[in-house]
Amino acid sequence: MVIAIGFEGSANKLGIGIVKDGEVLSNCRRTYITPPGEGFLPKETAIHHRQNVLQVLREAIDKSGVKVSDIDVVCYTKGPGMGAPLATVAIVARTVAQIWNKPLLGVNHCIGHIEMGRLITGAKNPIVLYVSGGNTQVIAYSKKRYRIFGETIDIAVGNCLDRFARIIKLSNDPSPGYNIEQLAKKGEKYALLPYCVKGMDVSFSGILTYMEERIESLLKDGYTEADLCYSLQETVFAMLVETTERALAHCEATEVLIVGGVGCNERLQAMMHQMCVERDAKLFATDERFCIDNGVMIAHAGAEMFNSGTRMKWEDCFITQRYRTDEVETTWRED
Amino acid sequence: MEDFKLIKQGAESKLFKGRYLGVPALVKDRFKKAYRHSTLDDTLMKERIKAEVRAILKCKSVGIRTPTLYLVDLHRRSIYMEYFPHSVTAKEFIFNANESLIEILSVYIGKLLGKMHANNIVHGDLTTSNILISNKKKIDIFYETFDNLELILIDFGLSHTESTVEDKAVDLYVLERAILSTHTTTCNIFTLILNGYKAENKSCIEVFNKLEEVRARGRKRTMVG
Repeated sequence: MVIAIGFEGSANKLGIGIVKDGEVLSNCRRTYITPPGEGFLPKETAIHHRQNVLQVLREAIDKSGVKVSDIDVVCYTKGPGMGAPLATVAIVARTVAQIWNKPLLGVNHCIGHIEMGRLITGAKNPIVLYVSGGNTQVIAYSKKRYRIFGETIDIAVGNCLDRFARIIKLSNDPSPGYNIEQLAKKGEKYALLPYCVKGMDVSFSGILTYMEERIESLLKDGYTEADLCYSLQETVFAMLVETTERALAHCEATEVLIVGGVGCNERLQAMMHQMCVERDAKLFATDERFCIDNGVMIAHAGAEMFNSGTRMKWEDCFITQRYRTDEVETTWRED
Repeated sequence: MEDFKLIKQGAESKLFKGRYLGVPALVKDRFKKAYRHSTLDDTLMKERIKAEVRAILKCKSVGIRTPTLYLVDLHRRSIYMEYFPHSVTAKEFIFNANESLIEILSVYIGKLLGKMHANNIVHGDLTTSNILISNKKKIDIFYETFDNLELILIDFGLSHTESTVEDKAVDLYVLERAILSTHTTTCNIFTLILNGYKAENKSCIEVFNKLEEVRARGRKRTMVG
């Protein structure tokens, strides 16, 4: 039996969660929300995490009902992510690990998403679409690694959506992506936007530039903001579904798992579901509790590593902004 | 289309096998994708059928073997083309052949791509599933010698004509990653492909330098959040 606590703070979400053998005991989170038209910057985000981390830690421990002495391993996000917020949370994890005298494990953020998704949905060996504000990857597992099949060659899909929300001054509360999704439901008129798929890879910067440059004339031409949200979603999600289907066909896989913050978008889920039905595959997705960055995913992935014998030396418990999904050997997977 | 039998559902199309005007034919049907907005779907379908036809013809004119086209029908969203009954994909070939045959194949693939790029054709979706190996003697023997085998390039839906090194380098990068995620052999397939490429492409140095840059782009991306 392993009880693990996980600390996550690689972007604007601060999360701490506790798991016991795959059972979620607590999952606490705070989000740093910026005013409309503005994104979150490393310094301010780090300050937000610093101001909230101890309170969230107290909450997570109280809610879980476990005693600190029962915790077996302390896990934190080693990367990828923004430097200052990562460091802020890592310092807290390092400190409590020393105070409680527990082993410390640094976890790859992307692996956290994937393992959490597999745990919650029960997907066995899926093609993973990992979509968030900082990442867009199509991943297939093969021989002890999560291999990146396709990815964005410039900005992440979530970043494209967030920045479009800033162009039309949508609220960042609870998240820009959520507000685009709601507004898109009212959209009717489809505007043809640049569509950029290169083999397995996708590109979003061209669409964003197109929107930035033409927003005034599009609005003048009779497209509403809702129409543009709708068109943007239809276009970028079609690109994601297409590349996922490519990987599915190439690997002859039968399962798709969507993880990451953009993964809780119901329109993306519906489109992916339709594609899966057409080719007899099964779709697995989770809701905002687990899609959006959280501490539980770090705790769970860390527990898997711990169980399979992974230990980290103190001097290896640093943070890194660049940490690719395929750098981690998945010691916990037998297949 | 009555006698045509579905043989495969790829990511973008359904493949049917049958006879057309008395010869074995393959129909590639870019069926409507329900998940995609119909305006977008129609636009992409037309773009890709046109791209595919153009590239297949252009390849033929420079001596790269591609399927012969029989009929192109934008209304029915399909292309009728030559079917290769005695063929396997390079993917299957690499799974089943011995190392020395795989080495020969890799160099041949490289030569083919070198020639294609020298003529400014960018494939856009190079994988080992998109290269066929056919036996010219019309028999199903592939794994003994390479003498009677020929390479056929297929699936040009994402192709375009491009003279800059950027897109050629990305083309090779897509193939490299597809190979890494599909094949584990003792010989380095991709290095051998680049060797073959060199032989057929005079501007290979520029393309290879660009390839280094494209590779670095992937690794250096910060992937925040």
